[in-house]
Amino acid sequence: MKNIFSFSLFLFAAALTPVASSAADADYNLVIKDHRFQPAELIVPAGKKIKMSIENKDATAEEFESHSLNREKLVAGNGTAIIYIGPLAPGRYEFFGEFNKETAQGVIIAK
Amino acid sequence: MFGSAIIVFREVLEAAIIIGIVSAATRGVAGRTRWLIAGLLAGLIGSGIVAASTDAIASFASGVGQELFNAIVLGLAVLMLAWHNVWMASHGAELAKKARTVAANISEGRSECSILMVVVGLAVLREGSETVLFLYGIAASEGSSARTMLFGGLIGMLAGVAVGYSLYAGLLRIPMRWFFAATGALVLLLAAGMASTAAHFLIQADLIPALASPLWDSSSALPENGLLGILLHSLIGYDARPAGMQVIFYVAVLAVISLGMKLAAKPRKSI
Repeated sequence: MKNIFSFSLFLFAAALTPVASSAADADYNLVIKDHRFQPAELIVPAGKKIKMSIENKDATAEEFESHSLNREKLVAGNGTAIIYIGPLAPGRYEFFGEFNKETAQGVIIAK
Repeated sequence: MFGSAIIVFREVLEAAIIIGIVSAATRGVAGRTRWLIAGLLAGLIGSGIVAASTDAIASFASGVGQELFNAIVLGLAVLMLAWHNVWMASHGAELAKKARTVAANISEGRSECSILMVVVGLAVLREGSETVLFLYGIAASEGSSARTMLFGGLIGMLAGVAVGYSLYAGLLRIPMRWFFAATGALVLLLAAGMASTAAHFLIQADLIPALASPLWDSSSALPENGLLGILLHSLIGYDARPAGMQVIFYVAVLAVISLGMKLAAKPRKSI
């Protein structure tokens, strides 16, 4: 049980770790409007961890999802979310809004 | 309609698989059904609350509150499942013996049942809140397609529940000699998979390093969004592109729980 206990302590400590950053200093910004991503194409440097903010200007929630980036994140209606991706190998990484897949499509290109 | 059915199916399936396994694993424990329903209801109410406060949760901890929330919920579930397996390792033989007789209940199942309730509640809470948000989004949008999409959601929900129930019914057919060993192994893998997902959220929030990202890429051989991939993800935590840290979490939880089970099984008294 002791190891399980320390594992939970670790999780708890992680929960309390202050994160000294916010949407303002994000490297890249995505906006969701009318169930579309703007910009739909984002060029980022390869081999670098990237902080991205996703602002949802629609009234309903959206889920930013990308299989190739292995990311999934809910963005509340009229809300903003922060997500960290990478470091990425050079290439194309498609993403989409799971709740509105027909229109919400985009791609991140790492160069 | 098909699209919404798939989305809801995926969310419901994950919770249904957890509930199916945990229900089977607590076979023979007194008052189990009541606790299960209590957990289900608590989870449903909770997911409504979580869905309504998505933005508040998200803005907590500088925008990564959602990841923290998910990681904590998963961490709690891992602890509960670990405790379940350790408890079973010391009481399983007794349960197996009693379950063969008509009076299948044992009296000391109280703590075990509350664990069942919490695990079920947490599973429904996590998966349910996304479903609520999705369905709410559809319902809020005007137009004739909303109704068919909601209908699709209902189909997806029923399909997910059906898979969970089939898993439960299938597990119950396992002969009693192997039954608790089988459910114990499933719970173990379930817990390890949850730990890996928790690590995934903490990486996404940049709270722990990814180490290698990804460690491997098996998405072309077994895509995570295919039916088999989804099933394996829910059952054993399959990830087509895991980060190195996820694999460390997975293996660590696997090792720690196995050790706990071994230690608990040796002395025939209790832990």
